[in-house]
Amino acid sequence: MKKIILRITETEYILVILFGLFILVSRLFNFTPAKPISNNFWLFFVEMITFLPFMFILVGLFDVWFPKEKVEKHIGEGSGIKGTIWCILLAMLQAGPLYGAFPVAYLLWKKGCSVRNIFIYLGAFSTLKIPMLTFEIGFLGLKFSLLRTLVTLPTFILISIIMEIYLRDKNFEIKQPESKKNGQSKNA
Amino acid sequence: MKFLLILTFILLIISFVADKKRTILGIKKGFKMFLGLLPMVLNLLILVSIFLYLVPKETLVNLLGKNSGVIGLGIAAVLGSVSLIPMFITYPLAAILLKSGVSYQVLAVFITTLLMVGVLTLPLEAKYFGLKVSIMRNSLSFIGALIIGLVIGIIL
Repeated sequence: MKKIILRITETEYILVILFGLFILVSRLFNFTPAKPISNNFWLFFVEMITFLPFMFILVGLFDVWFPKEKVEKHIGEGSGIKGTIWCILLAMLQAGPLYGAFPVAYLLWKKGCSVRNIFIYLGAFSTLKIPMLTFEIGFLGLKFSLLRTLVTLPTFILISIIMEIYLRDKNFEIKQPESKKNGQSKNA
Repeated sequence: MKFLLILTFILLIISFVADKKRTILGIKKGFKMFLGLLPMVLNLLILVSIFLYLVPKETLVNLLGKNSGVIGLGIAAVLGSVSLIPMFITYPLAAILLKSGVSYQVLAVFITTLLMVGVLTLPLEAKYFGLKVSIMRNSLSFIGALIIGLVIGIIL
């Protein structure tokens, strides 16, 4: 409990606290713009909280179950077209906005995934997620979705190849952002 | 979202049956990473909520509906890049746009930039990939989205 209070009083949450106060004060004084803003926030928050924790459970499980050598062999440097297919399939099985893909990308990279496949993963995650495709087909039709998928696939593969060539010999690394408090216990 | 929940649940059970200790360690690790990211995500959501209030849906429909051709494509690309709209608003909105006369081409550019380019999430992305690489990925995706839109426009 003490830990939680310490966490909240940290500067990282200052905007959240201010926002909460803003909503509260607005309620008291009937400041109208606060209502649509808090409604927006609620929508976003629901979207986030219904996928991000699960995503991280999957990331955690992946971390403990798949040893680096195995991941590296399948999607690492020189894994070829098979590695690319693995990365696309992995991305398609997920859900949520793009910012949810960054922690997975970090983990994949840590486990030895090649630079090209990291960006292919990001491309497939942002454009080919199955839960999203079902939504898209429902609203815009199968023809549009299928065509968009077929055109998008080679595009993000090309982008990934460009990124790979650009980052060659550049000591590229993916970092994991940590909260300040978390940093100390991270090594445990 | 239900899909992810079910997938997580099934994998958790399998993992738990196979190795209890390891599963708990995995959950702990995942939770730690989640807590590390949470403040940044919340800040992002707050800023986007305010942004969406300042630029409401109707404005988006107006901007995209009236313009066609190169200007429409440009507006769609820029709007898609700077917006962060949850999926269950994006597609109903796209359906409305389609009905109000927006071409498939403009729609494809809007959706693709929305999915692949994230100006608002750039600070978050930069924490993982570094600013230069993030800007490059977003720029390439922006160009890619324009190409995707053009190709779809030619075919449909």
